[in-house]
Amino acid sequence: MRHLLNPLDLSVEELTNVLDLAADIEKNPDKYREVCKHKKLATLFYEPSTRTRLSFESAMINLGGSVIGFSSADSSSASKGESVADTIRVISCYADICAMRHPKEGAPTVAAEFSRIPVINAGDGGHQHPTQTLTDLMTIRSLKGRLDNLTIGFCGDLKFGRTVHSLISALVRHKNIKFILISPEELKIPDHIREDVLIANNIPFEEVTTLDDSLADLDILYMTRVQKERFFNEEEYIRLKDCYILTKEKMEKANENMLILHPLPRVNEISVEIDDDPRAVYFKQVQYGVYVRMALIMTLLGLHV
Amino acid sequence: MLNVGSINEGFVLDHIKAGKCMEIYKHLGLDKLDCQVAIIKNAKSNKMGKKDIIKIDCSLDNINLDILGYIDHNITVNIIHNGEIIEKKQLTLPKVIKNVLKCKNPRCICSIEQELEQVFTLTDEEKQIYRCKYCEEKYN
Repeated sequence: MRHLLNPLDLSVEELTNVLDLAADIEKNPDKYREVCKHKKLATLFYEPSTRTRLSFESAMINLGGSVIGFSSADSSSASKGESVADTIRVISCYADICAMRHPKEGAPTVAAEFSRIPVINAGDGGHQHPTQTLTDLMTIRSLKGRLDNLTIGFCGDLKFGRTVHSLISALVRHKNIKFILISPEELKIPDHIREDVLIANNIPFEEVTTLDDSLADLDILYMTRVQKERFFNEEEYIRLKDCYILTKEKMEKANENMLILHPLPRVNEISVEIDDDPRAVYFKQVQYGVYVRMALIMTLLGLHV
Repeated sequence: MLNVGSINEGFVLDHIKAGKCMEIYKHLGLDKLDCQVAIIKNAKSNKMGKKDIIKIDCSLDNINLDILGYIDHNITVNIIHNGEIIEKKQLTLPKVIKNVLKCKNPRCICSIEQELEQVFTLTDEEKQIYRCKYCEEKYN
């Protein structure tokens, strides 16, 4: 049985197949309207989420399937002290596939060990968020036409930003990729990404603290929010939360073909005055997220049209 | 000079760094064995100055020696049959270590999930780096 816990669980070939399928779903949505008829997706969300949960639910409904689940730990048996292992054993009796979001890192890995249905990691603490990675890759491939020969800037919270870790891990498998990592000292990428992913694969990267100097060199700027829920110390959060704000003025320094991606929700790191800029593609990214989750659900369930 | 009798069938862990023998005793679960176990601390050594030695009078099959490679891969394992050393076993770093190291990341699922095995995998043999199977944090 296949799970998706880490973006690297899919080989480059499998990833290409999922993105090709997602692209076909985008072109011919009617063709896929009943492919998951009588199938159930369980959304096990131990942590609040709007877009990821609704994106999964929308994806399953678009495929003709049904959705069950919970949207916070308070409304699940976790509040009574049930373990992840026991919860997934039970859910395996109710659903055909599940998407799990959990505040603790590695929770979906535990679930996969005890599950009889495919488990999709829908975000585990500050660790991984592979379906956001699929969304990001589909956005880049659809709008840039390639996943290689790119200079990508990541800006903001690179320490706890799981979307950043997952996307870096996935992109290093493509040729001629360069990263510019823009963050305050306190929010630099964790050493397991720096050592095991970047250095181990001889990927060129720079770690800088200012956004302005890098803009002209970037094909993609991936902005992130400083996430309050990842801090144990509120003072530290307040000190760091507004460290980078992308404004219209800053965008004048950027390449005219540069794309701005953001996993959303945005707080104030991207000024709303940029939303109409054709380079701002973060809302298109949301739509690609639904297509790619449809493709993933089909792939993990082994369904074809 | 202290004399400890030789063993007929079993194995001897030699060249243990002085002071480490009780840690090894605990990790190998030697307290659970029914056979003779001799612990020699601070024995004289030409190579090391002083060293610890453990003699165990049972088959090697009863012991998981993987953890020894993690603690100190310079330890020598001498396998004894009919009172003679028949093999010197070379220690290597184990690929996986179970229930010996404990993940220190408070954000890891193993900090709350009941009776979850603590599993670490070797991710960089050269630098001897082990990472938690669940959160991928490096063990320090």
